Amino acid sequence: MYKEYKPNMQPFKTPMPSQEPDVRNKNFKEVALGYTEEMAINEAKRCLGCPTKPCVAHCPVSINIPDFIHEVALGNFEKAYEIISESSSLPAVCGRVCPQENQCEGKCTRGIGIDKATGKKKEPVAIGRLERFVADYHNAHAHETNVEIKKNGHKVAIIGSGPSGLTCAGDLAKKGYDVTIFEALHLAGGVLVYGIPEFRLPKSIVQKEADGLTKLGVKVVTNMVIGKVLSIDELIDEYGFEAIFIGSGAGLPRFMGIKGENLKGVYSANEYLTRTNLMKAYLENSDTPIEKAKRVAVVGGGNVAMDAARCALRLGAEKVYIVYRRSLEELPARKEEVEHAMEEGIEFKLLNNPVEIIEDPETHLVSKLKIEKMELGEPDASGRRRPIGTNEFDYLDVDCIIISIGTSPNPLIKQTTKGLETNNHGCILTRNEFGLTSRDHVYAGGDAVTGAATVILAMGAGKQAAKAIDEELSK
Amino acid sequence: MFKIVRKKVFNPTETLLEIEAPLIAKKAHPGQFIIVRAFEDSERIPLTIGGYDREKGTVTIIFQIVGASTFKLNQLEEGDYAHDFVGPLGEPTDISGENVCVVGGGLGVAIAYPIAKAFHDAGKKVTSIAGFRNKDLVILEDEFKSASDKFIICSDDGSIGTKGVVTLPLEELLKSGEKFDKVISIGPVIMMKFVTEVCKKYNVPQCVCSMNPIMIDGTGMCGCCRLTVGGKTKFACVDGPDFNAYEVDFDEAMQRGTMYKAFEKKAYDEVKCNLFKKEVK
Repeated sequence: MYKEYKPNMQPFKTPMPSQEPDVRNKNFKEVALGYTEEMAINEAKRCLGCPTKPCVAHCPVSINIPDFIHEVALGNFEKAYEIISESSSLPAVCGRVCPQENQCEGKCTRGIGIDKATGKKKEPVAIGRLERFVADYHNAHAHETNVEIKKNGHKVAIIGSGPSGLTCAGDLAKKGYDVTIFEALHLAGGVLVYGIPEFRLPKSIVQKEADGLTKLGVKVVTNMVIGKVLSIDELIDEYGFEAIFIGSGAGLPRFMGIKGENLKGVYSANEYLTRTNLMKAYLENSDTPIEKAKRVAVVGGGNVAMDAARCALRLGAEKVYIVYRRSLEELPARKEEVEHAMEEGIEFKLLNNPVEIIEDPETHLVSKLKIEKMELGEPDASGRRRPIGTNEFDYLDVDCIIISIGTSPNPLIKQTTKGLETNNHGCILTRNEFGLTSRDHVYAGGDAVTGAATVILAMGAGKQAAKAIDEELSK
Repeated sequence: MFKIVRKKVFNPTETLLEIEAPLIAKKAHPGQFIIVRAFEDSERIPLTIGGYDREKGTVTIIFQIVGASTFKLNQLEEGDYAHDFVGPLGEPTDISGENVCVVGGGLGVAIAYPIAKAFHDAGKKVTSIAGFRNKDLVILEDEFKSASDKFIICSDDGSIGTKGVVTLPLEELLKSGEKFDKVISIGPVIMMKFVTEVCKKYNVPQCVCSMNPIMIDGTGMCGCCRLTVGGKTKFACVDGPDFNAYEVDFDEAMQRGTMYKAFEKKAYDEVKCNLFKKEVK
């Protein structure tokens, strides 16, 4: 318990100001608006500073959460930022996109028990919202300081500019390494720019992270598909890179293999989101087209599915369904995204599995999605209850279907790098917790290793690899 | 930024750009493609490589002005810079086979020519068939001819070469006993479909088509370019763009190709209209 103030015993989180559901579902501006200083201090005082720190144990990068929250409660926001920065490179991003309910907030002491007055489950400290507040405060108030970094002359190449690559590059640049990031697309940021929509993660935040790296002397080379234009071996043998970090993500979309999946109007979530976010198809004068569908079904229950559904709504759809084969309990998306999606009017067709996509014979466009009602059986290998078909079918009238059932790592680098081992899902195999691959001097991390996972895990992997690369090259 | 070192306007709808891109020029092979963005906010346009000069470090693209994005690309002049240029993407054309026929239709000739040249340079027997709508749209006639042992040109209206579509001379050759071990076709999907039907009829051992579906990233990420080949979903950007034509679902590919027709037309009209307004001022 802290001495400076009495804890705030309010049972629930300090509410987050956000755009009204009926307003925000028509624009692409950020949904959650962030705490004010007063709100942040009020919320921070809910933290009891428990000695067991269950929150830290459940943070993938072990941020010293009670300490940073304590500084927020005292109004020392910059100090709070410093504490977070010891463990995290992307707090403005992670505060917005981390699945806190399964991580830090999941085991918070304040979330235990039922509030007697309302009969509702008590809520944990809003750690994610506080992290976001601290990062945004820092970004708005920090003065530009030009720190002189002494260059050590060692060259490191980073493949991919997503969360793991940005983090690895930043940590190494701060230690004096000559770092070059190679990005396949025309813009740095990886999934943070092509995947996660503006209304959940404003692109200015990602840009700020990338700009920060440039100031540290990191070179970002876009339009470079490593494995095609240059191979890992060429980077080492001809360009003199002494270590490589592969953070190429998991970008290959999976399809279901059902009839009608290649009809016009059927998108992978990657395509739908890339058109909308990276190519800015939502802007009136965009050169990149997207179908302005009226009735949309999104297949899948992850964050990407929620993003796609909410984009469809904002692009003018009148009816948007989420079709998911298990129940609400198994839905893998971040809790806040599911709540936001429901508030915005998206209809959840739970325990339903798509079996066929039916074509309009005249237009050759999608006209219906045939779905089968499911029941939950015994838990499967993933530990979740297995959905079983009931032989009861229904039809959804739709003119657009977005498939969001997961992605696999891109095989381009594996195919062109001798001796780089992967498992049968295409994920790069690593020899230790620092991400060393089967090739010496070549490290990997993030979704390219784990398969599609979270931003914070990728960031953590980037940090670990940076440590190991530093150790190897400073010998 | 990628410098335009040469621009050649073939006719009002077809243009060649030679672009400085030494890394791509070093790695490119016939059949592969690049993605170009003319300006900062432009669409990503996939174009099959029309040629490359490893020594000069340049890559050539030839494109048809079909919509707003290609219209904007055509506004770049010699000395200007394309904002983005990525490649080489996709798999190169397999140049195995001793007696091959390369069939190009319209703009497809721009890609058929380097493929024919690759076979020809490798000492293979090359028969080329080039089809155009009319004589004003003919491109690369001399180049294509010089890369072929036998060269046939035809046009829809008969204004140049034999009158009719490319399948007519192809069928004639096959009927007269020509034993091609491979036929490669590059052009509109409908043309490739009919070339494939003719090849099937005469039991040509291998028939290959070079697909050019709608794409965004070109690296296997969006799945927009998917097509059905042998009953399986394939991505043209990473599995192709060349495929065993006997297994390709051409009807589906044709449908998918029309996805944004209305948008393209509207955008094209707008961009032309804006430009016209500028000129009037």
